[in-house]
Amino acid sequence: MSTLARTAVSYRGAAEGDSLSPARPGSRASSGAQGDGAKSASLALEGVSLSFGGVAALRDVDLAFADGSITAVIGPNGAGKTSLINVITGVYTPDRGRVVIKGRSYSRSPTSRLASLGVARTFQNLGLFKGLSTFDNIALGLSFAARSTIVEQALGVGRARAEVARTRRKTDEALEHLHLESYRDRLVGSLPYGVQKRIELARASVAEPHFLLLDEPLAGMTMDDKVEMTAFIRSVRSRLGATIVLIEHDIGLVMSLSDRVAVFDYGRKIAEGTPAEVQADQAVIDAYLGVPHADEEA
Amino acid sequence: MSSPASLPAAARWLFPVLAIAVAVVAPPLMNSDYLYEAILLPFLALSLAGVGLNVLMGYTGQLSLGSAAFLAIGAYAAFNINLRVGLPLPVTIVAAGIIAALVGVVFGLPSLRLRGYYLAVSTLAAQFFVQWALTRFPWFSNDSNSGVIDAPTLSVAGIHFVTPLGRYYFTLTIVALLTALSARLVTVKTGRDLMAVRDHETAAKIIGVPVLKAKLVAFAYSSFVIGVAGVLWAFAYLRTVEPDGFNLDRSFQILFITIIGGLSTIRGAFFGAAIIVALPLLLARASSGLAGGALDSGSLDMIQRIVIGVLIIGFLIAEPDGLAALIQRAPNGLAGRVRPRSSPATR
Ligand SMILES: Nc1ncnc2c1ncn2[C@@H]1O[C@H](COP(=O)(O)OP(=O)(O)OP(=O)(O)O)[C@@H](O)[C@H]1O
Ligand SMILES: [Mg+2]
Repeated sequence: MSTLARTAVSYRGAAEGDSLSPARPGSRASSGAQGDGAKSASLALEGVSLSFGGVAALRDVDLAFADGSITAVIGPNGAGKTSLINVITGVYTPDRGRVVIKGRSYSRSPTSRLASLGVARTFQNLGLFKGLSTFDNIALGLSFAARSTIVEQALGVGRARAEVARTRRKTDEALEHLHLESYRDRLVGSLPYGVQKRIELARASVAEPHFLLLDEPLAGMTMDDKVEMTAFIRSVRSRLGATIVLIEHDIGLVMSLSDRVAVFDYGRKIAEGTPAEVQADQAVIDAYLGVPHADEEA
Repeated sequence: MSSPASLPAAARWLFPVLAIAVAVVAPPLMNSDYLYEAILLPFLALSLAGVGLNVLMGYTGQLSLGSAAFLAIGAYAAFNINLRVGLPLPVTIVAAGIIAALVGVVFGLPSLRLRGYYLAVSTLAAQFFVQWALTRFPWFSNDSNSGVIDAPTLSVAGIHFVTPLGRYYFTLTIVALLTALSARLVTVKTGRDLMAVRDHETAAKIIGVPVLKAKLVAFAYSSFVIGVAGVLWAFAYLRTVEPDGFNLDRSFQILFITIIGGLSTIRGAFFGAAIIVALPLLLARASSGLAGGALDSGSLDMIQRIVIGVLIIGFLIAEPDGLAALIQRAPNGLAGRVRPRSSPATR
């Protein structure tokens, strides 16, 4: 597998030097996008645009994530990948366009209700609760489902009792899935980066979400960690049947893991299709994949 | 120290049980009213206020500079309930706490939009507003001169707590109960929500932690505890109070107790309060011993401020987790284990 993040950036720099237009018209692959035909998508973006001052982070993006699929979102640095997840989770409000979640369309995604809608995410730069233990971090992924009152909690009676038991069982399961048992009671702030990434994935998946948005879950990991993490992402999909959106720079990994790939450049979706289609797409090759050795498994 | 799991269960119980045992048995042996009047009663009331502020600041990450306002609300509410409604003392104390909690929620509303310094400034509004209202409207002090109120006799079910020792035990009981409740609160689901809000508000919101509710719960609970501390301050310790006694200096005193003792630790409030209460007494002793009383009270006061300032800066730089972490690490260090320092998020 070849990690292309940095090379891709320098390549784009070179492309600009060659005066290739950054805003290219949509590609063949993207026009024939719905390759799997009948599969429905309960998560989609419709005509989403977002800008910061003069910078267009997303430009008129249409993107549907087929139920139960793994869609990789790739593109050079600054292409708008994280912004896409931020729009889906309501961290950013798009200037135009709508977010569709389970058949309902929102001009601003309802952030505080996402967990109960089955949407979970991880953060590119880690969104963990640093002063809490691994157990507590993961357990917080179940917080939204709790119905007990403070009094019940303080006395340990009624609904609180059942919730504590359920939280412990689910959290311990997640700890086990991600081989985190030995970190259970450690404060997460002091743990190695790769472990923190795993904890964040455990927190995002503990409530068995329908949609899992992963922002570079493998970045900065050792090879062993990556292999383990990839296996876990696959198992989440097969266990939960979750729809997974995966932002990743490691092209080899993207090609082997994903059902579909959406390619972004300068906020625009420049291609979409199966990994094979995207790899053959000229616009993608120009913008991103045309780095030497892109197809090699190093 | 924010991770409750970082201590073995036995050690977690050992400290509070020992502390309470000592608090019950030791003071009567010394048989000194000065001990209660000048040291233990203010120590307990301020410790409780520190516990209350810590729930808000240490555990929820919401800076407040208005703690003294809630001490005052507790004190004046209890005074008025006792005067005008005449409820049993325990009910009066709880009701006064609830009134402080309600006001706390009102002044906590800005926290839904504001963070950090801006929130701190808005809590200052509570500080000045409450002091102003208590002085401006004589009704609160039953038309007494410049808002001074005298506490009623403490009595529960026919038992009077008049002597310093009696008032001490009365105070100790309430402080122990509320401290235990607070220690419990921060380990249950709601407590976890508070800490999630403190450490990463955006992530907390996205994973479905009820962020707004958590903040208001923190303001309410914290104000409740500080309000009750205010009742103890006025009814058990000073017995006569005026609005001026609940000024910004007092708010800072409680803030310093929380910082010196350690954010996100319940026991830290007691360590912090011990220092804040003991320091002036020790300095006075030292000056009469060493300097032969050459220092007047003005310079003593100055020295005290300098020492506290240095302590605060020292702790913020060298040990942001406060005395509680220092004390906890001491035995661990001897055993060759160094505990990793906890969250920077609360600093
Ligand atoms: N909060 C923000 N304020 C200002 N500009 C922003 C903000 N967030 C994103 N941008 C800009 O929007 C563009 C897209 O950023 P985004 O983070 O979505 O890129 P990305 O594809 O995730 O990049 P990377 O691979 O580096 O993570 C960039 O030009 C970025 O500078
Ligand atoms: Mg990004």
